[in-house]
Order: sequence, then structure tokens, then C-alpha cells
Amino acid sequence: MKMINLKINDQEISVEAGKNILDYCVELGLDIPTFCHDERIKPEGACRMCVVEVKGINRLLASCATPATDGMEIKTHSPEVMEARKDVLELTWASHPNDCVVCDANGDCKLQDYSYEYNLTSIPEYDGHKRNFSIDDSNKFFYIDPEKCILCGKCVYVCKDLQGVEALGFNKRGHDTFISFAFDNGMEQSNCVSCGNCVSVCPTGALMEKSNVMFRSWETKKTRTTCPYCGVGCQFDIVTKGEQVVRIDPAPGTPNEGLLCVKGKFAYKFINHKGRLTTPLIKENGEFREASWDEAYDLIASKYTELNDKYGAATFAGLASAKCTNEENYMFQKLFRAAIGTNNVDHCARLCHASTVAGLATTLGSGAMTNSIAEVKDHDVIFVIGSNTTETHPVIGSFMKQAIAKGSKIIVADPREIELAEGADVFLKILPGTNVPLLNAMMKVIYNENLHDIDYISERTENFETTLETILNTDIEEAAEICGIDAEDIRKAARIYAAGNKAGIYYAMGITQHSQGTNNVKSIANLALLCGNVGIESGGINPLRGQNNVQGACDMGGLPDVFPGYQKVFNDEARAKFEKAWGVKLDNKVGLSLPHVLDGAYEDQIRFLYVMGENPVVSDPDTTHVKKSLGNLDFLIVQDLFMTETAEMADVILPASSYAEKEGTFTNTERRVQMIRPAIKPVGDSKADYIIIQEIMNKIGYNQPILTPSEIMDEVATLTPIYGGVSYDRIQELGLQWPVLDHNHPGTKYLHKDKFARGLGLFSEVEFAEAKELPDENFPIVLTTGRVLYHFHTISMTGKNEEINEIVPENFIEISPKTAESYKLKHMDHASISSRRGTTKAVVHVTDKIGDGVMFMPFHFADGANMLTNTELDATCNIPELKVCAVQIDGKL
Amino acid sequence: MSIYVLEEQLNEFKIEVINKYRDTKSPLMQILQESQKRYGCVPVEVQEFISKEMNITTAKINGVVSFYSMFSLIPSGRHILGVCTGTACYVKGASRLVERVEALLDTEYGSTTEDGCFTLAHTRCVGDCAQAPVIMVNDEFNGKVTSDDIPKIIARHRGKNCKK
Repeated sequence: MKMINLKINDQEISVEAGKNILDYCVELGLDIPTFCHDERIKPEGACRMCVVEVKGINRLLASCATPATDGMEIKTHSPEVMEARKDVLELTWASHPNDCVVCDANGDCKLQDYSYEYNLTSIPEYDGHKRNFSIDDSNKFFYIDPEKCILCGKCVYVCKDLQGVEALGFNKRGHDTFISFAFDNGMEQSNCVSCGNCVSVCPTGALMEKSNVMFRSWETKKTRTTCPYCGVGCQFDIVTKGEQVVRIDPAPGTPNEGLLCVKGKFAYKFINHKGRLTTPLIKENGEFREASWDEAYDLIASKYTELNDKYGAATFAGLASAKCTNEENYMFQKLFRAAIGTNNVDHCARLCHASTVAGLATTLGSGAMTNSIAEVKDHDVIFVIGSNTTETHPVIGSFMKQAIAKGSKIIVADPREIELAEGADVFLKILPGTNVPLLNAMMKVIYNENLHDIDYISERTENFETTLETILNTDIEEAAEICGIDAEDIRKAARIYAAGNKAGIYYAMGITQHSQGTNNVKSIANLALLCGNVGIESGGINPLRGQNNVQGACDMGGLPDVFPGYQKVFNDEARAKFEKAWGVKLDNKVGLSLPHVLDGAYEDQIRFLYVMGENPVVSDPDTTHVKKSLGNLDFLIVQDLFMTETAEMADVILPASSYAEKEGTFTNTERRVQMIRPAIKPVGDSKADYIIIQEIMNKIGYNQPILTPSEIMDEVATLTPIYGGVSYDRIQELGLQWPVLDHNHPGTKYLHKDKFARGLGLFSEVEFAEAKELPDENFPIVLTTGRVLYHFHTISMTGKNEEINEIVPENFIEISPKTAESYKLKHMDHASISSRRGTTKAVVHVTDKIGDGVMFMPFHFADGANMLTNTELDATCNIPELKVCAVQIDGKL
Repeated sequence: MSIYVLEEQLNEFKIEVINKYRDTKSPLMQILQESQKRYGCVPVEVQEFISKEMNITTAKINGVVSFYSMFSLIPSGRHILGVCTGTACYVKGASRLVERVEALLDTEYGSTTEDGCFTLAHTRCVGDCAQAPVIMVNDEFNGKVTSDDIPKIIARHRGKNCKK
């Protein structure tokens, strides 16, 4: 590395060459003013605030855009520099509305700060022509006030280069230039995704969040924490005024690099929502009444004793929560395993990535994303199959777009033409449930054309020969027909994938939520192993986890077959370890999985159910069956923030504190254990889940000292090898990625380097099997489900934000123009849709993004998609086939 | 919003223009110029069509279209009349010519007459300062123009293809 010598002010330094002057000044801790600079985007040198004097050059240079060269003597605050900066400010100020006292950005504005710092007077030096623009408030979450814009351009470049959307642009030129959506036509007509990343970087009051709360920046406090929505685990600051959350500011650095999506940035209003549960509620004669915590606990304890005496511990079950912290999930499964004495504990991971946990644990030895989020940007091939990444994991979606902009190829396989499919190198519009034929056909092409990695296969894998037979038995033309695509596209996709040196596969529910889910995952593993694309940086298999802490809830043993750290309950050695630590005998039988808990409730096998932060009435397949099952319980406890559809069926409701009111850790999709911290006090009489669980443990006779989250994590670390080195003092700044084996272990950026967790990577023979329910005469349409950008899961949190509800107010379906025509339906009609299990209504969206005879419906809405979905399970992992069922359109409503 | 270019014209535009420039080095300017030439404008529907075909965002296309004065969103008149306001012409009294033209055509600088006959276009130096002040009508050059010449110039062109 080439070194250069610089003299900055009076300091002489020797530094590695390659950066611009500003970077070295910042490294020295010098305060250089900037408007347009953002280290994530290419320097524009537009604002001229960062000018410096360089000896021997007779003009001032924009330090952000000037490479430092050997021997430069730089002055950053000479009188000439100060004068130039002041002049820039004077010129900007001359055409700026002089309205700081009433501006929303007052106290949070760089123009204001610098004008003060550089001693501007209240009377402008120049008599500038004021610009006359109108405010664009067409976006639900923020407005653009072009008069306050100083045209630094950061919003435009962030939107284009980081978010990959380019909804904002410069309009006109010179003095008349302003920032706007295309044609100055407002957000509705643009491709804006309301991520708000433009708002976050705006140095003035030109792009401002629409806020219902009046606040000044000096009245607020910031608390660094982790986003509670999807599995990306974005870091941000909750900005609070007193006990009110007033704004969310993205944090720089890992993992989100200062980006957020609309949910993380704007959908925080559930926290202070008036619908929050603030006191325990007990149901008496079909009505809820407010109760004290003691009353609620006493009722739970008495019901526990009664039912335990009568029916035994095996009739108890609990649903842990992918929304709650690791510490809470750990305590929850400890409550069931140690205090109650059953392994009947599961959670919604059963519905999303049970097949990943099963499929990847078998083939690779570990069921998690093998790469890190930061590695997304460095793939040379990205293969997205069954994941609508830009809507479900928006920040990872943006990183994919950055990778594509850098030259990565992208292959997309999905029944819908999702955003990433536009401009993909190959888009495979496969029919729902046809992943295996596609993957087998791709592998056959790769093998036949000799594109596979022979050395990798022989050194690092096993069972290749037998698997190869299945692969070679695949007829490519036939596979293409099953998938409903062109065989040539399969070949093209196969060649692109195999040509990648650092190819990353990304998948989600489109792979997992099938009766063949585990096989789908194994097939993905086969493809990656065939090309030597696992266990390397920026190359791997990446299941995208849906919830903020679904990874952690699995890691903590919120599953019926494993203790924390995936240690099997039937493994005597593991059980002995936990028995010693917890001081009780533990059950050695695998507990019931979520669908079997519900079936058990229906059949009187389960009497007592404790649901923590889950909403199975909306999230689980076949709503009618779920409601009947829950209704048949002897006792149902629901612990939540809101009166959810499930809570309404409870006998006792315990009000929990939100993520903004407690301490703990979430483990994101890249296995990173990150902190959450309390920004406000618990709302009402609500309590953090970890406190509630521990208090219940004591109430039912298990002696559990009330531990803090940090102490709970210390207990986790002693019992869970992959979390062995995790402790709160190590994760304050930057989280740790498991496996973290001990206190000196740095964590693991990507899995399976040199050696798989199970030793050798296992090829598995995977034959195609059709979905359990296919279209027929009576139910001729295939229904597939999914998520939308604006809502999250059962909308118990996003649905508390008015603006979000205005954008996506109700259940809808997407069907092709041809399907619509055959049912005489028009865009925005209301229709009734039925399956063998139930009926629901939806607004019709007619779009050519979906194929003929296929229907898409989001799974967010109560009495929506899951009225129709099928409860057929994957035999290995019990994931229901939520992605494929047969429906009919009853007609227009 | 008014539509200036019909759907079948867009398909023709795709075959004859977009496909021709699609794989060239920087196709956007060529395509936009071709639209301006064919339709007298680059209206929203054309920008949206180019966006979809070329996978370039409308924000970017709109940025380019609104940046250059040679592009307009609505059709320009049959004749483009430009009074040069470059330095030499300005000194020789171009601003008075502008006023006269505006009065005679009853339209503002930068706009199109109601009958669609003339667009009064912003014009910078045309490179023949010795002849200042200069008025361009389409490709026709008029040098050393006086205020009194203007009605004649206008009448000459109004006669051409411009009967209502």
C-alpha cells in the first residue's frame, strides 16, 4: 500500500493513499462543514462548504472531491477559507426563506448551525431573488418544501445510488432548479417507496416528516436500538420527547448503513397508540374486566394447578415469540420445560422457516443465513427465489440493487413479476410450488455443460453420486413445462449462476411454505454445493428471516425438539446439562409443533395455552379451524401489546411492554445479536415480557430469581455454545454474529468456511412432488400468499399507523387481465373468493405481473388469506403449505 | 393531463427510434431529441414509455427534459421564433425586440401562441454577432433586425402552413 505524507494545518501525517482530502481531515478530528457530502455516495463537490487551501494551488479546492496527493500542505481554517465558506452561506441564505423561528427543522439544520458558526448577520449580505415554490405534501409521511432546499442533492443521490429507486430528481436548471418527483406530479404517480432515507439526509427543513407532535430538537432524547420489524435488524435512534416517540433516525454502520424502510422509519406510532393494553384483563361471563397483576397471576396459578393435577403437564403448551427478545424467549421455554415440565413450546418460525432449520441443518449443519448482510453488495451473481426482497427485507433489497449497479448479475424466480424481476438478467415466472423441477433442471444443465466445481464436490461434500442420478433423470423440457416457463431460460439461469464466483442465493417463504418445504431447501443446498458456492465470502445460501427475532427465538429453543442452541431434547448429554443448570428433571420427548398444538386443542389433548406476542388467529392456516381450536381450550393466556384477534379469545390478557420500553437482544437474519434499549417507560401498567414470565414461574412454584436481561444472557451463554461468548458488555456498539464460542471469539461473519458445521456438505436426492392441493374443476385457481412493503405480518403494529392504512387499507388479490376477464371482474371491484376451507373478500387488482390462473393475496389481514389456506404439512418439519392452495372466485360483490 | 402522443405512435416510436438507439453509448439524449423532432415535444406519456422501455427512471428522464430548453413537455408551435439574447444582441437592443414580439404575438417569452403557430423560444448566441440583433425563425436567419421588421417577419411565416 502506497503511503503519502500530508501536512494538514500544522500536523504532519503519513497515511495510506487513496482517499480524498476531506477523509483525512475527518480522521484527524477536524470539523469541516459540508452540506452535500455523504461517505456512502460518490462525492459531488456541489456545495463548496468543504473548501480548503492547498499550498501552491491558487484556488480553493473542494476537499470532499479532491484526492490527497503526496506532499500536500493543506489549511482547513485559514482566513481565506473561512471567508469563502461564509460567502457560500451568504449566497445560500440570500435565496432562503428567512423563517427559522417557525421552521420545523429549527435546531436540527446544518444551514442554521453553520450560519451561526460562520458569523452571518441577520441582514443578508446579498439581495437574492427568493424562489417561489409550492410545498409537495403528496407523500403520506413527509413533505418537500423546495424553498428551503439548498440543492445539495443528497436526497437525489441517496434515492438513486443507495435505495436504488430514483424517485426524486432535479427539475429544471440554474436558479429555478428544484427537487421533485418526476413531472412534479407528486408521490402517487412516482415509484417512491416512502423509505424516508431522503428525509434522514436532508440538512435543512426541505424534506421533513409530517408530524402530529410539536417538538424542538433540544427537547428530545435519542436512544440507539434495533428495529422491531423484519429480520434485517436495522439500527436506529428512537427520538423521544418525554414519553412520546416523535421520530426515528437511522444509525450509520452495520447492518443497515444508515438506510431504513417505510416501516422502520415511519411506522412507529403503535408505541404510543391509544389502543395499547395498559392493565391485565380477565374474562368473566364473556366480557373482559380490568384486573391487577396479582389477580391475573393468581388466576393463572390456580388454573395451572387445577389443570396440571387433572390432566398433567403434557396438556400444556406455549407459543414463544419471534417479536420478543432472546432473553424473553429463553425464559419462556425455560418456563415450559423446567417449571411446567413439557417440551410443547413452539412459535411462528414453524410457519416460516421450519423447513430451513430442518433442511439446512441436515445438509450443512446449521439453519441460518451463511453470509452477512454487508456481503450482499459484493456478489457477482444473486439468485432470488421465492423472496420478494425489496418489500419484505427492503434494506437487503436495496443492497441487492447496489450490487446490480456494481455489475452483479441477477436471476429471479417467482410466480409474480416482483420489483427485482424488472431488469433481471433472467426472470423465471414459475408456477407456485414448482421450485424442485426448476432447481433440478438447472443442476442438470450445469452438470451436462461441465460447469460444476469438481474439486469442491470431492473435497467438501458427500452423497454426490446418488444425488446426481436424480438430477440427471430430470427432463429439462418437461421441467420447464411443469414450471410454466421456457426451457431456454432455465439454461440461461443455470449458466449465469454457475459462472458466478461469489453467487448468493436468497430465499424466503416461496421456498419454505410448502408441503415439500424441506425438500425445496435441500434442493437449494444441492445447487450451491454443486457450484462450490457455500462457505465463502459473498457466496452462500441465505434464508431471509421474516421477523426481527425469529432467528433468536429459534436459537433460544423456542422449538419443541431443541433446547437453546439447537441441542436436542432427546440427547441425554444435553438434557443432563440443562437438568443440572435448571435443577429439575426434564422431559426427553419432543414436544408438539404449532399445528399439532392447535389440533391438540381441538381434540382436548391440549388444555392450557400461553401465547406470547403471537396472533395465530390471523397468521395460521385455516382460520376457522384455529378459532375452533382456541375456543376449545380450558385456559388461554395471551400476552401482547394490543387486543389482537387472538387476545379476544383469551381468558386472561397480560399487557406487555413494547421493544421501545425494555432492554434485551434481537438476533437478526445474519445471526447478529444486537441490543434493544428502553427509550420510554413502560406504557401504563404493562411489563416487559421477561419480567412477566419470571414472575409466573415463581407463582407456579419454580424458584426463579428475577434476573435482568443481561443476567439472563449470561445464563444463556453458559448453556448455549453458539452464544458462548455473548455478553452485554461486548455488544453495546456492534452486535456479535454467532457462533461466538467464547469471550475472546470474534463471532462469525460467514458460515462453513473451510468446513461445514456438520463436517461435509450433504447432497440430498430430491424428487419433485406436487403441492397437496391443486386446481380442479371446482377450485380452478392457484392461490399464493405473501407480504406487502407497508404492512407487517398480522398488522397488529403497522395497522396502528393511519398513513400505512391509507396506502394499503384492505385485503386485495392480484389476478391477470385474462383471469379477471373470465370472471367479468374489473380493477378495484370487490370479489368473494372461496377454498374448501372458507370464504373471504378482497379488492381486485388486475395486473400482468401475475400469470393466468394464479392469484396472489397478502396474508396480513384478519379473515383474509388464511380463511382459504391449506393446513397440509411438510412431513419433516410440520410447516403448513401456505403458499399453494386451490380457490375459486365466487363472483363480484 | 392532455395526451399528445397516441399509443400506436408510441409503438412506432419504439420500433423506429428506441430500438435504433437502445444499444448505443448514451441513448437517452438521441431518443429525446427524436421525440422533440417528431412530436414537437417530449410529453409525459413519451417519458413514461421511454422509462419502461429503457429501464431509466422517470425522475431521471424528467430531470434531463426539464434541464434543456430545447425540450418541451407540450408541443411547440409550427414555427420556433427566437430573439437572440446573447451579449452582442442584448447590447444592440434585443430586449426591445422581445417586447415587440411578445406584444404582436400576444404571448410570453418561452410560450406558444394560442393558435399553435409560433413558439417564442429562449435563444442564446447563434454565433453571428456582427449581424446583431438577430432573430431566428426555425432555420431562417434574420440579421440587424429592427423593431419595425418584426411584423413582416411574423406575417411571412404566419402565411406558411399556419392558416387556422
